[in-house]
Amino acid sequence: MAAISREEVAHLARLSRLAVTDEELDRFAGQLDVILQSVARIGDVAADDIPPTSHSVPLTNVYRDDVVQPSLKQEDVLAGAPDAAEGRFRVPRILDEEE
Amino acid sequence: MSTTVLPTYDDAVARYEPVIGLETHVELGTNTKMFCGCPTEFGAEPNTQTCPVCLGLPGALPVANRAGIEATIRIGLALNCDIAEWCRMARKNYFYPDMPKNFQTSQYDEPLCVDGYVDVDVDGETFRIEIERVHLEEDTGKSLHVGGATGRIHGATESLVDYNRAGIPLVEIVTKPVTGLGARAPEVARAYVTELRDIIRSLDVSDVRMEQGSLRCDVNTSLNKPGEEWGTRTEAKNVNSLRSVERAVRSEIIRQSGILDAGGSILQETRHFQEDTGDTRPGRSKETATDYRYFPEPDLVPIAPDPAWVAELKAALPEKPSVKRARLREEWGISEVDMQSVANAGAVELIEETIAAGASPAGARKWWMGELARRANETGVELAAVGASPAQVAQLQALVDEGKINDKLARQVLEGVVAGEGDPAQVMSARGLEVVSDTGALQAAVDEAIAANPDVAAKIRDGKVAAAGALVGAVMKTTRGQADAKTVRELILARLS
Amino acid sequence: MSDVTKMTAVQIAGLIASGEASAVEVATAHLDRIAAVDERVHAFLHVDREGALAAAAEVDAKRSRGEELGPLAGVPVAVKDVIATRGVPTTAASKILEGWKPPYDATIVERLRAAGTVSLGKTNMDEFAMGSSTEYSAYGPTNNPWDLGRIPGGSGGGSAASLAAYEAPLAIGTDTGGSIRQPGAVTGTVGAKPTYGGTSRYGLIAFSSSLDTPGPCARTVEDAALLHAAIAGHDPRDSTSIPQPVPDVVAAARRGATGDLTGVKLGLVKEFSGEGAEAGVTAAFRESVEALVKLGAEVVEISCPHFEYALPAYYLIAPSEASSNLARFDSVRYGLRVGDDGNRSLEEVMSLTREAGFGPEVKRRIILGTYALSSGYYDAYYGQAQKVRTLITRDFTKAFEQVDVLISPTTPFVAFPFGSRTSDPYQMYLADLYTIPTNLYGGPAISVPCGLSEGLPVGLQVMAPTMADDRMYRVAAALESAVGTFTPPEL
Repeated sequence: MAAISREEVAHLARLSRLAVTDEELDRFAGQLDVILQSVARIGDVAADDIPPTSHSVPLTNVYRDDVVQPSLKQEDVLAGAPDAAEGRFRVPRILDEEE
Repeated sequence: MSTTVLPTYDDAVARYEPVIGLETHVELGTNTKMFCGCPTEFGAEPNTQTCPVCLGLPGALPVANRAGIEATIRIGLALNCDIAEWCRMARKNYFYPDMPKNFQTSQYDEPLCVDGYVDVDVDGETFRIEIERVHLEEDTGKSLHVGGATGRIHGATESLVDYNRAGIPLVEIVTKPVTGLGARAPEVARAYVTELRDIIRSLDVSDVRMEQGSLRCDVNTSLNKPGEEWGTRTEAKNVNSLRSVERAVRSEIIRQSGILDAGGSILQETRHFQEDTGDTRPGRSKETATDYRYFPEPDLVPIAPDPAWVAELKAALPEKPSVKRARLREEWGISEVDMQSVANAGAVELIEETIAAGASPAGARKWWMGELARRANETGVELAAVGASPAQVAQLQALVDEGKINDKLARQVLEGVVAGEGDPAQVMSARGLEVVSDTGALQAAVDEAIAANPDVAAKIRDGKVAAAGALVGAVMKTTRGQADAKTVRELILARLS
Repeated sequence: MSDVTKMTAVQIAGLIASGEASAVEVATAHLDRIAAVDERVHAFLHVDREGALAAAAEVDAKRSRGEELGPLAGVPVAVKDVIATRGVPTTAASKILEGWKPPYDATIVERLRAAGTVSLGKTNMDEFAMGSSTEYSAYGPTNNPWDLGRIPGGSGGGSAASLAAYEAPLAIGTDTGGSIRQPGAVTGTVGAKPTYGGTSRYGLIAFSSSLDTPGPCARTVEDAALLHAAIAGHDPRDSTSIPQPVPDVVAAARRGATGDLTGVKLGLVKEFSGEGAEAGVTAAFRESVEALVKLGAEVVEISCPHFEYALPAYYLIAPSEASSNLARFDSVRYGLRVGDDGNRSLEEVMSLTREAGFGPEVKRRIILGTYALSSGYYDAYYGQAQKVRTLITRDFTKAFEQVDVLISPTTPFVAFPFGSRTSDPYQMYLADLYTIPTNLYGGPAISVPCGLSEGLPVGLQVMAPTMADDRMYRVAAALESAVGTFTPPEL
């Protein structure tokens, strides 16, 4: 049985904002299936009582002081923008009202 | 448009029990953003308070602001929460152009503060609102929607994004579902947000101004029949004032009740509160349910507040606003209603400091709640920013008490103080507003008034002392209000006795 | 003066310090070499001739003023294109960042400048450091100077190839699963992955934040140690940076170069010796182990039972973090925008841009990572991978109670021909089989040339405990003293 279906890959691509082609979907679905079958072995490890590691350095409480540092100049901020107007980044109309 | 016939509020709460929940966002008043050193001042030119970190430039990394962590813990403590011994920030992943990294650095299953409560009083009855969690996250940027009719997202042809606000620390305070409120639900919701605002203001970690967005509230409401399971809830956003909190709950109760009465079912959705009509309208429904794919933020290390530090912060918390209000009400000898309006006006500390500077409670309250409140209202600024300090108000009242100025002159002095002309005494002499206490000059004015009004003078001589008022008025007129009315009256009576 | 491009960084720095050569002469010689050979090697995506000559002139001016020069002053360095350089194109070998010039410098770049090194330009790599061959660069692969028809390793193939082609004596790489060490191994050069947190990630375009580690690449162990010392150390702009002094890696490398390993205990990773590796790789590795024993080292076999799960854990953790890190490439603030025709919505433009701007391996990993983080799969995949990470760390900790360092081949196979592993992504992933455990643990590891297999270089990997980077330099330098360095055929 496939670990991941073509439909699932299509859904994940949408969630990742990738306008993949049909040809890519076919290819990725096959390749991701192989990869997932291989990495699924990880479930064989008995690790129920093992704490997860999210950071390999044992540091905690790394903070900076609440002191203002120089910001970038507006022109430098916008220099790399694909499009800008009125000191802001211009984007096409937004569909969602996601917050 | 809904064709449902809406029930009255009383009918709605007679048939259904509301359950409410409130999610409140507080923008912290730190000097810098949560994860970079950019300033947080409101109203700067767009994209001038940004840097590689808060713009999410490739390669940039966050470093947490100690003041943001401390403020969150203090808020948690003030809300009677337990502070986590160890917790992590998490990434909340979703795409939105306001959000530079397309994930929000937030907290997920490990909030910094949990399990607290706030007691609120409504008409002498106390309600305990339980707090589920208080967590720290970062704010988004702001979009200007261009080309639409109303500046709203719908119908716009393009948007312009400013990231000055992106990365400013936000504290989210989430209540547990509140049950058993019945018809009081809207009032309790409002009282809770009011109390929350006062508590946070007392901590001096945010200016908590709803109209400026530094305090934002989402209101969840559901209805169920007595004894039955909780109903489906809706979330009302865009609730931008204390009054709106109350109205939003009330209108949702009526709206949902109408649907349930008609045999319909409630859609779990986000709705937008309408300030003009006082009801809520549906937002655009999302294409699919969002999966935020939270995971621990690998670029920030865990937060493990030292218990000794937390204990120190707890010991240093200010007096709770409710306790303080009760104490001050007693000391000032005012009613609960009056105390409430003082609190609502943000005048508690100002009056307190004015009294500390030597004014009587009545005198202090008179200026802050009268002339200064009126000015603040007119100019749309906070009372604290109206232009007069507690020390100046105390001095003003002292000048009145000493008889150097009367109330009318005091208002003119205050006007000068607010205009930045100096302390009351300076304004008084600079503007020449001192009461005329030179009895020689006053006597002349009195004689002049008697001569000009022989009829009145005759009446007073006949013992009709009350008629003296007319002569006092005349003297005040010639001295342009700068005389002490009591002295004038005494001079008139002495001359005509 | 003999050809400076064939010299070590130590030798070049010596010439400049003594005044026998100017930094400008040295930079020019390297820029000329790049001009002569890079068309065939394609190690560089951007050559910063002007910037290099200006930086070199500054070193010469300093010297003429009698100011003290650091140990690497005037030495050219090539920088992997995943590191932000102010005003100099930085693309991470992706179309989505084509032409982007960062408005800031990475911490490492600042430190390189402070050390007086001369940056020649930006080196090629697999797009966003995802790959083991540079075949996933959006700008075409880098060719291995040992055999131009073979891969130079990846992701940092450009940095490694620039050394092997004598275009630069030093290079900066980044190592998430082996991207410094595996290219080092297949190009016959030295590549070191420092302790995670030992070198700053500020300005390193993130692939997998909890694994990414910048580090030095060089042709000799001592040169690598000098570069390591120049870039390492606490950086307050990186929250995961370790606030401790850097171990004295240069002294350790010099001590190792004396060829004495008496009292040093080496652990042979049982799970990585034999099976899976090419015969020639295994043979070269075994000979090197014998050489190390002759230098006085004691060798014991150590079992690390969870290392076999490192590859699956890595291919869940790294893509998950990558899916989030790469979300920022959305056509709004910088980089590519595709399909903005005035009608399409932002969502459509974003999706078209990301589709056009990312290559196939990046898309695969974004989709894989999005999957592994999804609410229904998180516990089985990402969550489980993080638990396995803990077990791998415990394997290391236990091993280092018994031995000073662990050793293994760096990669199971020598440089392979282009195209031989691109059709099956998992076959490509196997290139990092031996290097990945260290990244999950966070410790340091170095690859040092140890021999040839059918005329192609083989690398030996030395893994050390966290913040004991000095140990690996000592062992690597000792091996180098025994087996020598390896010179590719003339280009």
